[in-house]
Amino acid sequence: MATLARKDLPAVALEPRQYLTFTLGGEMYAVETLSVKEIIEYGQVTTVPMMPRSIRGVINLRGAVVPVIDLKARFGGQPTEVTRRTCIVIIEMSGSDECQVLGIVVDTVSEVLEIPPGEIEPPPAFGARIRADFIRGMGKVGGGFVILLNVEAVLSTDELSALDELSRHGQPVDAGALPRLASSVVV
Amino acid sequence: MTDHFEDPLQTFIAESRELLQQMEDALLEVEGNADDPETINAIFRAAHTIKGSAGLFSLDHIVAFTHVAESVLDRIRAHQLAFEPAFGALFLEVCDQLGALIDGLAAGEAPDDAISARSTALTARLQAVLDRGATPGAQSAGTDAAVAGNPAEHLMAAGADTVASGLWHVSMRPGADLLRNGMDPLSILNYLGTLGEIVSLETVIGGVPPLSALDPETCYLGFDLSFASQADAATVNGAFDFVREDSLVRIIPPYGPLDDYRALVRDLPDDKLLLGEMLVRCGSLTADELALALRTQEARAEACQITGELPPLIGEVLVEQQLVDAPLVDAALDHQQEARKARAGEPTLIRVDAAKLDQLINLVGELIIAGAGAQLVARRVKVPALVEATGVLSRLVEDVRDSALNLRMVQIGATFSRFRRVVRDVAAELGKDIQLDIRGGETELDKTVVEKIGDPLTHIVRNALDHGIEPADVRAARGKPRQGRLSLNAYHESGSIVIEVSDDGGGLRKERILQKAVERGLVGEGQVLSDKEIFGLVFEPGFSTAAQVSNLSGRGVGMDVVKRNILALRGTVDLDSVEGQGTTVRLRLPLTLAIIEGFLIGAGSASYVVPLEQVLECIELPEKDKPEQGASYLNLRGEVLPFVRLRDLFDIPGEAPRRENVVVVQYAGERAGLVVDQLFGEFQTVIKPLGKVFSHIRCIGGSTILGSGEVALILDVPGLVRQVTERQPVSRHLSSTLSAA
Repeated sequence: MATLARKDLPAVALEPRQYLTFTLGGEMYAVETLSVKEIIEYGQVTTVPMMPRSIRGVINLRGAVVPVIDLKARFGGQPTEVTRRTCIVIIEMSGSDECQVLGIVVDTVSEVLEIPPGEIEPPPAFGARIRADFIRGMGKVGGGFVILLNVEAVLSTDELSALDELSRHGQPVDAGALPRLASSVVV
Repeated sequence: MTDHFEDPLQTFIAESRELLQQMEDALLEVEGNADDPETINAIFRAAHTIKGSAGLFSLDHIVAFTHVAESVLDRIRAHQLAFEPAFGALFLEVCDQLGALIDGLAAGEAPDDAISARSTALTARLQAVLDRGATPGAQSAGTDAAVAGNPAEHLMAAGADTVASGLWHVSMRPGADLLRNGMDPLSILNYLGTLGEIVSLETVIGGVPPLSALDPETCYLGFDLSFASQADAATVNGAFDFVREDSLVRIIPPYGPLDDYRALVRDLPDDKLLLGEMLVRCGSLTADELALALRTQEARAEACQITGELPPLIGEVLVEQQLVDAPLVDAALDHQQEARKARAGEPTLIRVDAAKLDQLINLVGELIIAGAGAQLVARRVKVPALVEATGVLSRLVEDVRDSALNLRMVQIGATFSRFRRVVRDVAAELGKDIQLDIRGGETELDKTVVEKIGDPLTHIVRNALDHGIEPADVRAARGKPRQGRLSLNAYHESGSIVIEVSDDGGGLRKERILQKAVERGLVGEGQVLSDKEIFGLVFEPGFSTAAQVSNLSGRGVGMDVVKRNILALRGTVDLDSVEGQGTTVRLRLPLTLAIIEGFLIGAGSASYVVPLEQVLECIELPEKDKPEQGASYLNLRGEVLPFVRLRDLFDIPGEAPRRENVVVVQYAGERAGLVVDQLFGEFQTVIKPLGKVFSHIRCIGGSTILGSGEVALILDVPGLVRQVTERQPVSRHLSSTLSAA
C-alpha cells in the first residue's frame, strides 16, 4: 500500500453539495440530500423473519412497503436501540433498471450542511470503523470529520439480498465487520 | 418516422401481431380443411389489413412483401388457385417473416440483410405460385394494368362471366359521420381524378331527408362512378384507405366478373332497381349484362317458389322489385346470419393500456386498505349505524375488487393455441405424427400470469414432444396407436389454476432417475423415496444434462429453470408418470398476482396472512400435543397431521400464550398445520411486493398493509412446508453420508 489516503479516487464533484448529517453510535455520518426523500419518526416496523440483523424489517410508507436497514448492524455493530429520537431516513436510489426506496435507522438527525469540494478528503485506506468502500469521502466540518457515506455501496441490493442467502445457510453474517486497525477516528 | 406517428404505430404493431396470430391459427386449421372458404378469407383478411395499415405508415418493405402474399391468397379465395398442402408451410413462413418484420419495426430497427434476403426469397416463391396459377380471368381480377389497355383481346379471353367494360367501377356509400370525422368525399373524387379519368358519376340521393330534417354535418350522399385508369388495384384501393372504416366501398376492376356486380347490387343498401339502372348509366354494365345478372336472380327467385307470373321486364318497378325480392331476402338473411355469427364469435372489445388497468387495480388496493381502516375505527367507537355503513361499504369494495381483477383476466386458450404451431413444427422436424388436444381453453387467469407462463410451458411441451412421445415405429411395436397424443388442459382448483401437459409417450423410468440421482449425490445410497420424490428429482438443478438425454428419455433438460420460473409466480410444478404409458406435468398457479382473500393470524406481536383458499380449518392445539420445540404431529380425526410452530420457525421472541391454535393448510394435496397464537379471521389482502432486497426469502410470499397501517407478511405455504420438510431429508442425507464416510 503506497499511500495511506487514497488520493487516486475522484471522490466528489466540484460544485458544493448539501449533506444531511446524522449520528449513529456516537459517530457523525452524512448522506447527500439529493438521495434523501424524507425523514420519518421510527415506528411500526414489521420484522421479516429469517433475515440478517442488518435488515430491520419493513414499514408502510403511504401504501408502499419499504425495507428498513439497520445501518449500525450493517456496519458490523449491535442493532440500533430505539430511543425517542430514533428516526428513519428514507433514501431513494436510482439503480440501473428501477428506482429503489429504502429506509435507514439512525440515532438522531442533526442538520443539513453545505460542504464545498475543497473541504472533502478522500477516504482513508484503513482506520475508519466501517468498510472503506462505504465511504465516499471525509468532510471537514468545524475541525472534525464527517463520514460521507456512499449509499449505493452501503445499500447495495445485491449485497443485502446476498446477505440473506448467506444467513440461511449458517449464522447471520455481517459483511461490514472488519478487523479494526485503529481504535478510534477523529470526529 | 416522426414522434407524431409513434402511438398509432404502436397500435399498428400490436394489431399486426394479433392478426398474424389469427392468420397462423387459420393456416393451421386450413391444413386439415382446405375447403373452408371462411378460413381462407380469414387468412386473406389478416394479410390485407396488415398491408393496408402498413401502407398508412409508408412501411414500404412490409407493403411490398405482403402484397404478393395477398395476391396469391386472393386467387385462392376466388377459386382461381387450389389450396395446395405446400401452401400451408409456405404461408406459415410468410407469417413468420411478417412477424420478424414487425418485430424489427417494434425495436425501431431497419430490416437487416438477412431479413431482407428472406423477404426476397419468399416473394420469389410466392411470385412463382402466382405465375403458375395465372389465368386470364385471374389477371382481369388482379392487378395487371397492361391488360386494361387491350380490351378486345381481353373480352375474348374472359368469356361470358366478365363484363365488357374496361373501366373501374367504384360504389361508395360514405358513412353518416364521415364529414364529422374530418373526411370529405369530394377530396377522394379529386384524388381519383389524379389517378385517371372519371368517365361518369352517378350520385345516389335516395338518403337525403326533407330539408327540415337535414343535418348539414351528416353525409347523406353516395356515388357510383366509372373510372378509366392504368393504376393498379392497390393504388385505387389506397384512395379509400382513410374512409374505408366507416364507409361502404366496393371497387370492381376493369372486366370484373359479373358476379361482383351481382354481389354489389346485393350488398348495397339502396334500391336494387335504381342501382341497376345507375350501373348501366355509369357505363359499367350494359343493359344486357344487367338483365343477365338479374335473370340469375330471377332463376333463384323461382327456386324459392315465388313463381313466374311476374314477367321479368326491366323498368317495371313493381314487378322488378318482387322479382329481386327472393334473392334479396336470401342475401339479407345471409347477411344477418353472418353478422350474428361474427357478433357471437368476437365479443365487443375495447383496447385499454395495461398501465391504466394496473393503476385502477392499485387504487382498488388502496381502497380496500382504507376501507379496512375505516371498519377498524367504526368497531372501536361502537356506533352501530357506522359499523353497519362500513360493512355495506366493504361489501361493495369487494365487488369492485372482483370486477377490477376480472378486467385483467384473460382466457388461456390463446396461449394454448399457440402450441398448435409448436407441435406441428416440432413433430415435422422429428418426423413424428403427433396430435394436440386442447381442453379448458376458456379457463381464465390474470394476464400477467399468462405472459409469464409461455416460456416454461413451451419448455415442457417441447420436452414431451421431443423425448416423451416415441417415434411411430416404436409406438407401433409397443402396441400403441401410431399417432402420438399430447394434451393441454386447464382448470380451476381451490383458487389456483392448474395447467396439465400430458403425453402418451414412454414415461419416466424411476430406477434410472434414482440411479442417476445417487450417482450425482442428490440422494443417499439405499434411501427409500416415494414416487413423487423421485419424479421431483428431475426438477433439481443440474440433474439432467444433454449427455443424458438418451439415457433418461431426456426429461429434466432445463426443468430446473421451469421450476424456478413457476415458483417465482408463487406456483408449483409436479409430475406424474407411468412407465410406458405417459407423463403428466402439472403446473399450479395463482389466479392473480394482485389481491387475494386472506386469513389473518397472529404470532407474537406480528400479524401474518395465509391465503384463504389454502386454509382448510382451524382447531385449538390440544394440550397433550404441545411440542417442546419446532415441528411435531397431532391426530386430526384419525389422520396424522404434521405441524410446525410459527414462533419457532421465525424465532419470534417471548412466551407462547396458554392457548395456541392450529391452522390446517392444504396445498397440492398435502396438509400441514401451522401453530399460531391468535386467529383474526378473513382479510382482503392486497399483495405488495417486498422488493429486491428480499428476493431470496423463503416462507414469505409478499406483504400487505393492515387497516391499522401496519405491514403484515403473507406466508408462502408451499415454501413454508418445503422449508420444514426439506430440513429433514437434508439431515437424513447428511447423516447417511457421514455414516458412509
